[in-house]
Amino acid sequence: MIRQINRVTAVLILLVLALMVNISYLQFFNADTLRNQPGNQRVLLSEYSRQRGAILIGSEPIANSIQTDDELKYLREYSAGETYSAITGFYSLVYGATGIEHKENDILAGNDSRFFVDRMQQLLANRKPQGGAIRLTINPAAQKAAMEALNGRTGAVIAIEPSTGAILAIASSPTFDPNLLSSHDSAAIQTEYEKLLADPNQPLLNRPLAMTLPPGSVFKLVTAAAALESGNYTAETLIPGPAEIVLPLTDVTLGNWNGEACGKKDETTLANALAISCNTAFANLGMQLGADAIYEQAKKFGFESSFDVPMTSATSHFPVNPDQPQTAMSAIGQFDVRATALQMAMVVAAIANDGVVMAPYLVSQVLGPDLSVLENASPKAISRAMKPENAKILRDMMVGVVETGTGSNAKIPGISVGGKTGTAENTPGASAHAWFVSLAPAESAQVAVAVVLQNGGGATEVSGNALAAPIAQRVMRAVLSR
Amino acid sequence: MSENLRRYRVSTRRSAELVLLIGAWLIGVFAWILVDGATGAGALAGWTTLVSSGLLLLFAHTVVRTQAPYADPILLPVAALLNMLGLAMIHRLDVAGEQRALANGSPKPTPDVYAQITWMALGLIFFMITLTIIRDHRRLQRRTFIFGAAGIVLLFLPIIPGLGSEVNGARLWIKIGTLTFQPGELAKIALTIFFAGYLVSRRHTLALIKNRVGGLQIPRAKDAGPLILIWILALLVLVGERDLGTSLLIFGLFIVLLYVATGRRAWVAIATGLLVVGGVLAYTAFGHVRVRFSVWLDPFEDASGRGYQIVQSLYGLANGGVFGTGWGLGYPQLVPFAKTDFITSALGEELGLTGLIAIFILYAIIVERGARSAVATRDPFGNLLAIGLSTVIGLQAFIVIGGVTRLIPLTGLTTPFLSYGGSSLISNYILIAILIRISNAARAPEIDEEQSVQK
Repeated sequence: MIRQINRVTAVLILLVLALMVNISYLQFFNADTLRNQPGNQRVLLSEYSRQRGAILIGSEPIANSIQTDDELKYLREYSAGETYSAITGFYSLVYGATGIEHKENDILAGNDSRFFVDRMQQLLANRKPQGGAIRLTINPAAQKAAMEALNGRTGAVIAIEPSTGAILAIASSPTFDPNLLSSHDSAAIQTEYEKLLADPNQPLLNRPLAMTLPPGSVFKLVTAAAALESGNYTAETLIPGPAEIVLPLTDVTLGNWNGEACGKKDETTLANALAISCNTAFANLGMQLGADAIYEQAKKFGFESSFDVPMTSATSHFPVNPDQPQTAMSAIGQFDVRATALQMAMVVAAIANDGVVMAPYLVSQVLGPDLSVLENASPKAISRAMKPENAKILRDMMVGVVETGTGSNAKIPGISVGGKTGTAENTPGASAHAWFVSLAPAESAQVAVAVVLQNGGGATEVSGNALAAPIAQRVMRAVLSR
Repeated sequence: MSENLRRYRVSTRRSAELVLLIGAWLIGVFAWILVDGATGAGALAGWTTLVSSGLLLLFAHTVVRTQAPYADPILLPVAALLNMLGLAMIHRLDVAGEQRALANGSPKPTPDVYAQITWMALGLIFFMITLTIIRDHRRLQRRTFIFGAAGIVLLFLPIIPGLGSEVNGARLWIKIGTLTFQPGELAKIALTIFFAGYLVSRRHTLALIKNRVGGLQIPRAKDAGPLILIWILALLVLVGERDLGTSLLIFGLFIVLLYVATGRRAWVAIATGLLVVGGVLAYTAFGHVRVRFSVWLDPFEDASGRGYQIVQSLYGLANGGVFGTGWGLGYPQLVPFAKTDFITSALGEELGLTGLIAIFILYAIIVERGARSAVATRDPFGNLLAIGLSTVIGLQAFIVIGGVTRLIPLTGLTTPFLSYGGSSLISNYILIAILIRISNAARAPEIDEEQSVQK
């Protein structure tokens, strides 16, 4: 009987061992998979139960967690919700997080491996871990100026510091109030979210980063850059610029916006063509350069790539293997050319930065729960898009646009501003997108701006200057404190 | 008093038991303090509960000291530690319930921990009574058939209309006035005594061999009667009360005791065959068994419906990870029945893998100490009874914990000493009392035999 008892005991101990193996699998090897199951509210609940780190501009929190009495112990509060919504995103019980809240969640929630020591201490003290903070590169004056200037119109504004790639403003309009989506009332959150989703103006869309549009005439900067970089053109090179041209292989005529020739004898200099936004000259230039040259130039500026700012931007495109008429249309930013406002701001920033494209970024510092600095952003050059001397030429040409050309509304007294207007036709019948890109001061630019008003105005080149340029001007003035 | 006797007094190891008991109590107190600290509940508002639990354990210890001085010193402290951990977790879930009620503006629920401390008191009182009344476990053998009858009556009480009541689909409860009781918990002890007593008297017959097939010695077909009867009994429990857990526990217990009593592996093979047949029968005949099985295979298929409980349990365990969230810092209240069947996932969430492994080891210790007494006891009835009671604890822990951790299909059983519930706590303390009584007999010196004294 003793032998049998020992065997039974061994079997019972084996059963306990089986429990141990199984629980080790569950709680160690399989735990992450289980945590990430959709419908597992614990992860969210446990995030809500600790003090989530703040999102800071300077020392001002724009997103903050405050303690509440209810079951979810902390409520996310956005002090100026709509102004910064394109940056912060929301932090929702029902729909998860977006924007910086999503991309920097590991830091804000305190899950980052850099907090390991803190977490061990907190574990021993039986205390909930606290999140770290994120400091942004945003210039609050520029951000407010951008949102106020947009004034509810459908559009996007983005401002970049050319020398570093630091993003100074990201504005999307119309937008949403993240406070309403980050409350503790899931029914109210759902109602609000459904309402935003149903809105035809897409308030949840992050326009500067996620929306690609035909850039229209602002793309002429890329074509001009390709021309200068080819070595065959200077600002003074003459290009045929009649009032209208018939595109080869077709009977389509392309005309200038004002219906006039761009210069005497139907010829114009490259500089003048940019200044008055001469379509025929740039269409001819595009055909002279060939699609490949423009494609390569666009690629050097960042087309065909997406950027994690840390929010991932949409990819801007230049059409592949266009025929002659398509190349002509692409050279003036029509046909299948698509660009984000971010991309156009990067083009301008590179022109301002002697041709070097800097990676755009939004997070300047990662901070611990005690606001000690864990990481400083280091600006990174992505590529050289232009030779410095060509960049200088193009900058001067852009100053010409504002001083004597189509971009007069971007003028700032006492400062030389460079810019480029754009009016992008899209679907027939719909009004065009009004673009404006600019840099200031031209000698050593501190800010590059891209503005687009979606279906903003009339079909003429005037709308870029009339509608978009004043917005860019306000943002530049805010950055330069003028 | 001879000098020899005094020497034995030293080796009773009652002081070790006392130290371990104090340790177990202190762990419970610390857990309680951590819960209050982490949840912001009133600091030690429950100190009366803690003090009374300490006094009760101290009192139980004194009774062991006087009634069973040579008893195993580990069993009571391990049971007490599990009990204290369960108490702290029930308190923790009470706090969660209060906070939820506060947040929803609903009236404050009555804390269950006060009921549980009452059950603990009753359990320990029954522990002391058992130890005091049963001076010698062999006296139980004389009432084998009374226990058998009592066991079966207790098992089937819930089926009686008007008396039994159904909770969560299983008919395990009887209700007298406002008092509810789960007689199956007591039945398992009565049936262990019955099986042990019966098999002791029949083991030689049951061990007779008809012929051999390969290495297996096949017993006589006419001796299969008792096994078939118990099999039918287990099936009846399954059919009548929809209680898969108890059914499995009783049948498993009988297989173990039949094997230990006869030493014939063939019985185990035959019984396993019957188990499979029973399982297949139950699977084809009953929808609820099929549901349990399919939920076990893929709980995420219907994660918000039938798989909800087990899925929430798995989420809780995953949230705990290796070290757990810490007392009061997880969300064990999200798992349904966190105080009863699913207390393992609650503990797993807040104490982590490390905490659960420690708890599993506690069950292994009870099994091992029980088995040690089983081996050391001098009478065959004691051998069988001790290994039977150890099996009950080990198997029950395995069935319920394996169920909530998805090692095996989920069945409703209480987790010994941890779960909220009076019947379970009282029965398990009685069980430990009998084991302690047997261990006392195993370790006690036979004073009238000079030889054993000098051993």
